[in-house]
Amino acid sequence: MALDSNGKRVFKVVGTRPARPDGVDKVTGRALYGADVSAPGMLVGRILRSPHAHARIVSIDTSAAEAMQGVKAVITSRDFAVVEDASTRDVQVNCMADGKALYDGHAVAAVAATSAAVAKAALKAIKVIYEVLPHVTDVDAAMKAGSPVVQASRAVENVPKGFSENVTHHCEFGHGDVAAGFAKADKIVSRSFKTAATHQGYIEPHACLASMTSDGKADLWCCTQGQFNVRSLCASIMGMEASQLRVTASEIGGGFGGKTTVFIEPVALALSKKAGRPVKVVMTRDEVFKATGPTVSTSIDVKIGMTKDGRITAAEAHMRYSGGAFPCGTVDMGAMAGFAAYDLPAVRTYGWNALTNRPKEAAYRAPGAPQAIYAVESVVDELCQVLKLDPLDVRLLNAARKGTQSSYGPVFDDIGLVATLEAAKAHPHYHAPLGAGQARGLSCGFWFNFGGNTCVSLNVNTDGTVGVTEGNPDIGGSRASISLMAAEELGIPYDRIRTIIADTASLGHNDVTDGSRVTFSVGLATIKAAQDAIRKMCGRAAKIWGIDEEAVEWIDGAAVPAGPNAGKFPPMSLAEIAAVSFQTGGPIAGHHEFNADGAGVSFGVHLVDLEVDKETGATKILRYTVFQDAGKAVHPAYVEGQMQGGAVQGIGWALNEEYIYGADGRLQNAGFLDYRVPVASDLPMIDTVILEIPNPGHPYGVRGVGETPIVPPLAAISNGVSRATGVRMSELPMSPPRVLKAIMARG
Amino acid sequence: MQYAKPKTVAEAARLLKDEAGVTRILAGGTDVLVQMKAGMVEPALVVDIKGLPGIREIVAEAGGYRIGACVAGAELGEHAGLKALWPGVVEGAELIGSTQVQGRCTQAGNLCNASPAADSVPALVAAGAVARVIGPDGVRDVAVSDVPVGPGKTSLKKGEFIASIFVPARPDRASDAYLRFIPRTEMDIAVASAAVSLELDGVGMVTAARVALGAVAPTVRLVEAAGAALVGTRLDEAALDALSAACSAACAPIDDKRGTIEFRTHIAGVLAKRAARIAYTRAGGQA
Repeated sequence: MALDSNGKRVFKVVGTRPARPDGVDKVTGRALYGADVSAPGMLVGRILRSPHAHARIVSIDTSAAEAMQGVKAVITSRDFAVVEDASTRDVQVNCMADGKALYDGHAVAAVAATSAAVAKAALKAIKVIYEVLPHVTDVDAAMKAGSPVVQASRAVENVPKGFSENVTHHCEFGHGDVAAGFAKADKIVSRSFKTAATHQGYIEPHACLASMTSDGKADLWCCTQGQFNVRSLCASIMGMEASQLRVTASEIGGGFGGKTTVFIEPVALALSKKAGRPVKVVMTRDEVFKATGPTVSTSIDVKIGMTKDGRITAAEAHMRYSGGAFPCGTVDMGAMAGFAAYDLPAVRTYGWNALTNRPKEAAYRAPGAPQAIYAVESVVDELCQVLKLDPLDVRLLNAARKGTQSSYGPVFDDIGLVATLEAAKAHPHYHAPLGAGQARGLSCGFWFNFGGNTCVSLNVNTDGTVGVTEGNPDIGGSRASISLMAAEELGIPYDRIRTIIADTASLGHNDVTDGSRVTFSVGLATIKAAQDAIRKMCGRAAKIWGIDEEAVEWIDGAAVPAGPNAGKFPPMSLAEIAAVSFQTGGPIAGHHEFNADGAGVSFGVHLVDLEVDKETGATKILRYTVFQDAGKAVHPAYVEGQMQGGAVQGIGWALNEEYIYGADGRLQNAGFLDYRVPVASDLPMIDTVILEIPNPGHPYGVRGVGETPIVPPLAAISNGVSRATGVRMSELPMSPPRVLKAIMARG
Repeated sequence: MQYAKPKTVAEAARLLKDEAGVTRILAGGTDVLVQMKAGMVEPALVVDIKGLPGIREIVAEAGGYRIGACVAGAELGEHAGLKALWPGVVEGAELIGSTQVQGRCTQAGNLCNASPAADSVPALVAAGAVARVIGPDGVRDVAVSDVPVGPGKTSLKKGEFIASIFVPARPDRASDAYLRFIPRTEMDIAVASAAVSLELDGVGMVTAARVALGAVAPTVRLVEAAGAALVGTRLDEAALDALSAACSAACAPIDDKRGTIEFRTHIAGVLAKRAARIAYTRAGGQA
């Protein structure tokens, strides 16, 4: 049947590029995003936010606001349940400050009113008395003893004495004798790096509509990457049972990891509960920047030893991350991913997290990996420069491959790094001549990818069409790729299938759309659900033909007798079986639920040509090519889109994007004017080369592709800028003032 | 909030004078509406001046042009005569915002918003442009350079507004140019900027030069020493270095999210040099 573990499978539908199913709705403005759902009697919810980076909330007087005409509810932290679980409580306190405001923009109260004007006036009428406290926004400063303590009693036990209480996490990975490895090196380079916090920069601000009735039932419509996670978080925070809260995910205008948690949803529910009416909350852009999760800010030391011929003998890194005002384990990912591209005899990484007065980190595309790999790939590049070695040859020489013990423990199965490096080496881009003042940078990238809890239903309609019901919001083309895989497995055309995203009451639990898991896990569940439906359809055909179920097989979208002994019957197509299903036992559906394992890791290599204006420090990207192993590209146009999108976000991160804090600890650039994502005219066409090294853990060989492409750009561009200017760059973003300063310091 | 769309300049001036609270003029609205939406200003009265006679026209006058206060950036870019005479003035105005914003934004609005980084202002100052101000007491002409007095502040009195901006006639072999530095390629605010206006003689010698800098001081800065450094030269390297040094010396910028003092001071000179070369070539000089 469908599973084909040996050899290359020949696909009929998978690998084609049909028009996207959400295209018409999106280009005509018909698609319903988070702010597009309304309800009769709906109120406007608005949130009051701290103007201080760190302050004790002495008192909140809401009486004047509550007395205003048109104000239907005012809430503070008092209006939420007492949550025991520490990580859920952190989410709750991030949604509504309790006792202390921990960062500029931290929510302290909220109102629901009959109009936006009344809500705005009510916010002004709330009197909050703050006692301003000393603050800290820099990760290195936050780790030192004597730093302002963001949250007391959150330090972990394995943090050595002499560090601040802000240090809430420590980890260590690696193998081999690092000291002995360094002793064998001909050249050792040690450098320290810093990366700024960056925001996912999704176009759609967070928005939701909550409706809670007096009998305790609630409905929530929101823009999210995971409605089931929203349900569990909100149910805990509101003290509700999961069954009483139905969450429906809207279309999503970008997430990139940032919409994997909740910010306004519990607030809207609490307002609706108190007001007894539906409440809509829509964030402004300023609120998105100040109060939703950017990625971690980091400070990283990397030391690598290399022989004259380019063999890495030992590697070590110390990574200090800050996930803002709450404990954060993202540094684990960095410490695990940093050296993953290399087959190393001795490697050790140490990770730390420190609390700072910044918003709570949210996932951002390969969370934690771009920063770590930026630092590692910068040092590898510097070693190549110093030892006069070709940077691609050095990476090929040291590349992880099947059987390599990875720097984070597991032994790799089939991986595509060597093939990807070879593709880059063979590509015309790597051999194109560079103009005067231009330079070429490159970097490897890596992401683990993830499987996770998944549940899919597949319904065969009587007209021969099929509906697939999945539970993961489509942030990167999953409806198309899920339909393609269902079509492939069932043997029917793509356009006979429609895939929809179910609400939390209509399907079993699905983990958040994250970890590049959906095309892999939901795809796999869809294939299994299709196989389930196929078994049932074969059963129906067997019944009609009066033969054993085992004597029927499924070929090219039809049930056929398995061999001459089974009997001689013409094939029955899916449509023919479906048409008579009510007479043969009722509706036909397939289903599959599991906790998916076997997501294959993904490697990429990026090449960039650039030039630096030596009088202004401005960097211009001239040419960019992404090489990545996709396992199997189910819908290649979407895969290319992921590769291009990741590269562009990485280019922004490398050159201009950063959270800028003033001396007062307040965010200086909470808007797209001064938080500079690249505009179209900043970029060349991003070229893509898809490699397909099948993932043994998926019947079609699929690997997640969405996160790896944001990993290499930081180092690729930094390596290019360093080569163009003759100065090794060690801080992101490489904004023009920073690059010009480095050029002028060089003289 | 009251909204009014007067039909005469006198009525507009009277409305503005009689309102005791905060007033705002609505021309293109690309600053005012954004500021209102962000809660930065809550005017009691908004006076829309787009209905005033002649306010959306570019009219030839005394060899130069009078540009109505409601002429949009895109309209300037489509005016062949103005573009030929003052290409730097037009390119400054055309750098404001996006294509959509260009359909609305105005030079007069950009001037009255009084941002030190206003893109249309340095070239107007280098051009010696004059604003025609209408007020309760009648009409007066004010040099564009005298309109902004600090970030967000103008020299206009209660009830006054700008009705037009006049750019003068030019001799043959004269031109101008405007350059700004932004970290991106568009959709951004100048970190520093420079406008250079040159007049040449028959052999390519600079006979007159005016240099204005943006975003390096609380207001646009006309740098006379920078212009003087070019007069009597054919824009040789020594003259350009002197120009650059004079520009950097005239800078008094701030450190902020868009750039450091050091950076702005340095690139003001770089931009002035580059703008001078462009203006020189446009004026027919052989570099």
